[in-house]
Amino acid sequence: METFLQVLIDGMLSGMLYALVAAGLCLIWGVMDVINFAHGEYLMVAMYVSYWLGFLLNIDPLVSTIAAGAFIFLLGALTYKLIIRFTIGKPGLVALLATFGLAVLIKNLCMNQFSPNFRIISNTWLGGKTIHLGGLIIAVPQLTAGILALVVIGILYWLVNNTRFGWAVQATAMDRDAAELVGINTDRIYVLVFGIGGACVGIGGGIMPSYLAVHPEVGSMFGLIAFVCVAMGGFGSIPGALLSGLLVGVVEALAGFYIAPVFKYIAVFGLYLAVIFIRPKGIFGW
Amino acid sequence: MAGNSLDFKNSKIKDFCWLGLVAFLALLPLVPAVAADSFRLHVMILILLFASMSQAWNIIGGYCGQVSFGHSVFFGIGAYGAGLAVVTYGGTPWPGIAIGMILAAIVAIIISYPCFKLSGHYFAIATFAIVEIFNRIFLVWDWVGGALGLDYPIIGEGLGNLMWHQSKVGYYYSALVIFIIIFGTVRWLEGHRFGYYMRAVREGQETAESLGVNSSAVKLTAMALSASMAAMCGAFFVQYNLRVDPPMVMSLDMSMKFVLITILGGAGTLLGPLLGASVLIPLQEYTRALWGGLGGGVDLIIFGALIILMVVKQPDGMIGILRDVSKWASTKRSRKEI
Repeated sequence: METFLQVLIDGMLSGMLYALVAAGLCLIWGVMDVINFAHGEYLMVAMYVSYWLGFLLNIDPLVSTIAAGAFIFLLGALTYKLIIRFTIGKPGLVALLATFGLAVLIKNLCMNQFSPNFRIISNTWLGGKTIHLGGLIIAVPQLTAGILALVVIGILYWLVNNTRFGWAVQATAMDRDAAELVGINTDRIYVLVFGIGGACVGIGGGIMPSYLAVHPEVGSMFGLIAFVCVAMGGFGSIPGALLSGLLVGVVEALAGFYIAPVFKYIAVFGLYLAVIFIRPKGIFGW
Repeated sequence: MAGNSLDFKNSKIKDFCWLGLVAFLALLPLVPAVAADSFRLHVMILILLFASMSQAWNIIGGYCGQVSFGHSVFFGIGAYGAGLAVVTYGGTPWPGIAIGMILAAIVAIIISYPCFKLSGHYFAIATFAIVEIFNRIFLVWDWVGGALGLDYPIIGEGLGNLMWHQSKVGYYYSALVIFIIIFGTVRWLEGHRFGYYMRAVREGQETAESLGVNSSAVKLTAMALSASMAAMCGAFFVQYNLRVDPPMVMSLDMSMKFVLITILGGAGTLLGPLLGASVLIPLQEYTRALWGGLGGGVDLIIFGALIILMVVKQPDGMIGILRDVSKWASTKRSRKEI
């Protein structure tokens, strides 16, 4: 029973980060109907930003995560300005393939500059600390990352649902032309949405190098899992992304522990197929 | 161009051009400049193979409009069919190729039936998920060699073993045969009733159904056909590389390659996959040969940048550029006549 709870907690903690990565993707998808294939690579870049800040300037990931978020915000806005802007209104596949090209570009640029070595920051404030709760052991870096993820998702949800900016975003998502007519600068909304979507994954990636090694391929799997979370949660639904992120984390941990490590992704993708065959538009989709 | 497909005379000229191209390709190895340089021949073989593979994808993705990212699964099943026949059972690859093609069609029908109920991005992500699941299963499945894959033993060369060691000319002609089979099938489909059904489903499923087209039967048949052809290409690919492992044939990158070649060339057109392959494959092979060992990833950096540029600037693919050029030429000519 204790082992089960331990696995469950570990799964929940990684699920919170999946949810954060997915929430950023979910916002972009919901507003622009674009699948950003480079989302996993954003995460990888954010991890590198945080890693180099830690390695060269001795800044703790807890602090540099803000810098990573800001950096990916700019990267996202730039992606929109240089690439996505030209694909709006064209078939959905165009944006997907363009961002796939971007993903290949970013991944190999990092491979070229930073070599494929695995890197990790060792002496952080929270590194190696654990909380003992009865027989359960909770690693503090993961716990902090999970809590930070939940806070950021909360802020994102509040931003979209309770502010004038959020209403403008929702209006743009529903009908771009009508939103233009009532005076919303939809192009600016798109830039900001892409930036904010990037910032979410940037913050998530910024805090991770304290417990997860950085290498150029690290983002690919996170990106795929984020697609699965978003599609499973339902088109553009942030609570859906949170729920399915947690679900994916838990299923991954349980399958990895009780069956075999190699089965964890089979279980995750199998779960997605099972959910999507029952509800073709995702859990919260309509 | 698409509107003219009923025009008998026009289609005759088109077929004549195709026969000319095939004859040219068949005679090419006789030119010493090509045959003597084995790298040049290697690039030609890959162009033919990937053009054929992308054309197989084009049946379901281009003509029928169901953008599947799962074709590396069928490619891989074909590859493993041939690999198992040679490595595990020590025979010739031919029965393995046949079984692989049939099995790929069956697997395609089983996994596509529920997936076709999904729409848009949900379908695309479901096909990603299927590739990942197959990849992991093959990684741990001992019977197919697991993560180590299957390494070919050195056996006699010839058509019986579909293997040549001395020169690549044999592979070249085999690839040409695959090319002719797949492009011929698609050319035949273009004028056939079923081809019109597929395009009708792509343009509007509800409209097609209201006119009496059984859309799910059309989609499943197209998928099965496409999958078995993909399996044929996969079998050739493994015979050419003499080894197979899951990341090599059943990965998302492989799937994306088929999609990219077709989209960059022009989806839903007969010429598109050939155009796409004859630009992307030499680019990939030559950049890799030039910089692959030195810079680490420079080839893929250029590749990525080029994909972005092409997709953003001309979403219709290279066929769109050709169309623009021919339109420009014809307006110029008509202006002269006035």
